[in-house]
Order: sequence, then C-alpha cells, then structure tokens
Amino acid sequence: MNDSVSQMIQQVPLNHYIWLSAALFVIGVLGVLYRRNAIVIFMCIELMLNAVNLLMVAFAAFHGNAAGQVFVFFVMAVAAAEVAVGLAILIVIYHNTGSTDINVLNKLKW
Amino acid sequence: MSLYIFYFLAFVAVLSALMVVFSRNPVYSVLYLVITFFSVGGHYLLLSAEFLFAVHIIVYAGAIMVLFLYVIMLMNLNNESEAPKKTPYQFAAVISGGLLMMVLVGAVRGAEQAQVGLGADPTIGTVKTLGNMLFNEFLLPFEVVSVLLLAAMVGAVMLGKNPLRARRYTPKTTTRTGADDQEKDVTIENVKQLTNE
Repeated sequence: MNDSVSQMIQQVPLNHYIWLSAALFVIGVLGVLYRRNAIVIFMCIELMLNAVNLLMVAFAAFHGNAAGQVFVFFVMAVAAAEVAVGLAILIVIYHNTGSTDINVLNKLKW
Repeated sequence: MSLYIFYFLAFVAVLSALMVVFSRNPVYSVLYLVITFFSVGGHYLLLSAEFLFAVHIIVYAGAIMVLFLYVIMLMNLNNESEAPKKTPYQFAAVISGGLLMMVLVGAVRGAEQAQVGLGADPTIGTVKTLGNMLFNEFLLPFEVVSVLLLAAMVGAVMLGKNPLRARRYTPKTTTRTGADDQEKDVTIENVKQLTNE
C-alpha cells in the first residue's frame, strides 16, 4: 500500500492534476456563461467546486499534509448547503414566473 | 500503470463535464454530472484519500444528484424547452472561457519547475488521521459548519413552505401547452387533453 502510493505520486506529476483542475474549472465557467437554464448553471457551479476540491486533495497528497483534505470536507458541506437553498429559491422562482430561464429575472439589470 | 488510470479518468471527467454543458436536456446533464463526480472520486481514490472518496460519493452522487433530479422532475423540465442563447452571446461565452483557460495555462506554465516538496505520506487520507485533525485542530470550523447546515435547512424549509396568506399558486404553463390558456373548468376531457400534449 505504501509503496503503491509513493509509486503513484512518482508516476503522475502534480502538474497533471493542475491541468485537469484548470480544465474542469474552465468548463464550469463556460457552462455558467453559456446556458440559460438556472438548474444547469447550478450544476456548472458544482463542477467548479469539484475542480477546486480535486486540486486541494492533490496538493494535500503531494505535500503530505492532511489539512487540505479537511478543507475539502468543509467545501463539500458548504456546497450541500448552497445547493439546498439554491434549489429552494429556484422552485419559488418557478412558481412565480413559470420558467427557470434566467432571462426572465432581469428586474435588477440596468 | 497509474498514469494510464489517471489519463483515463481525466478523459472521462473532462468529456462528461463538456456534455453537462452542451446537452440540451437537463436530465442528461444531471446524468453526465454523475459520471463526472464518479471519475473525480476515482481521482480521490488514486490519491489515497479514501475517506474523502466515500464522503464525495455519498454527498455528491447521492444527495445532491437526487436533489437535482427531484427538482427537475418537480418542474417538468425534462423536455428540451430551453431556447438557446443568441449566437453572439454563445460566441462571447466560449471566447471568454477560452481566455480564462489561457490565463490559467500561462499562470501554471511559469511554475512548472517548482515542484512541492514530496512529503508523500500514504496515511493522511485515512479516517483516523482526518478524524484526529477534524476534532483537534479544526473543531471550531466543524461546529460552525454544523450551524451553517442547520441554517441552510431552515432556509430551505422556509422557502419551500406554501405561503398560506397570499397563495399565488397559478402555474402559467406557458412553455408546455400554450394552446388553451383560457380559464376552463377542469373536466376529464381537459385533463386528458393537457396530459396528452
């Protein structure tokens, strides 16, 4: 087990994880900008949080420090709270306007 | 060996993340998001973070996905009713995403040589280590997170509650039927008409 982990860390460089997390984060940003459905925008926010989580776990593993993984735990809790409240708000919006299109919600636009 | 596993998982993650963004039906987006979460969980396992793998699968692929699917089915959004954005906006979105990627690439490429010190300890991902850390160093954030979850729960319940005084429950059904929006009595024929679509 110990050998396999250190072997794995030798085989997969840290840069690979940085690239992968950057790609996932950019895909999340792209989805937020690209889509109009508010639910899909929420999913893309989850994608971004996942990219950050992955990077934090990778840094923790390479650095040999478990604090990063504890922070990933907290990020997951915050993400769960955010999704619960956000989807509740979305349901209220749907009851009032009849759609989840974010272009309906343009009252605060100047 | 693990390099190939990494490449495979990364490929699956990026591909299904792209499909989350570009598939028209929100239900398909949710299913592709599940695939993305599982491959990210595979990365956690590859990095020997077993506890986080378990928590990730339970929280994301279990709870959050069920929540998304419930909301989509509650709102009857499983048709492809979303009108796409106008093409200039789509171009702008893609271009700004690409610019952000370029910025990130430029930032990371400079630090390519700077490797962190390899203090790889394979036992940091176990439940014992994380539990010790969570209840010694991070005890206060842990309790604050519990308060946060309680507040989120109360907020969700309050938002989802039916306002009993001013009950404005008039779903417009603009996107679905559109044809007969007049006020009719709901008879059996009407219901059949509406549900047949």
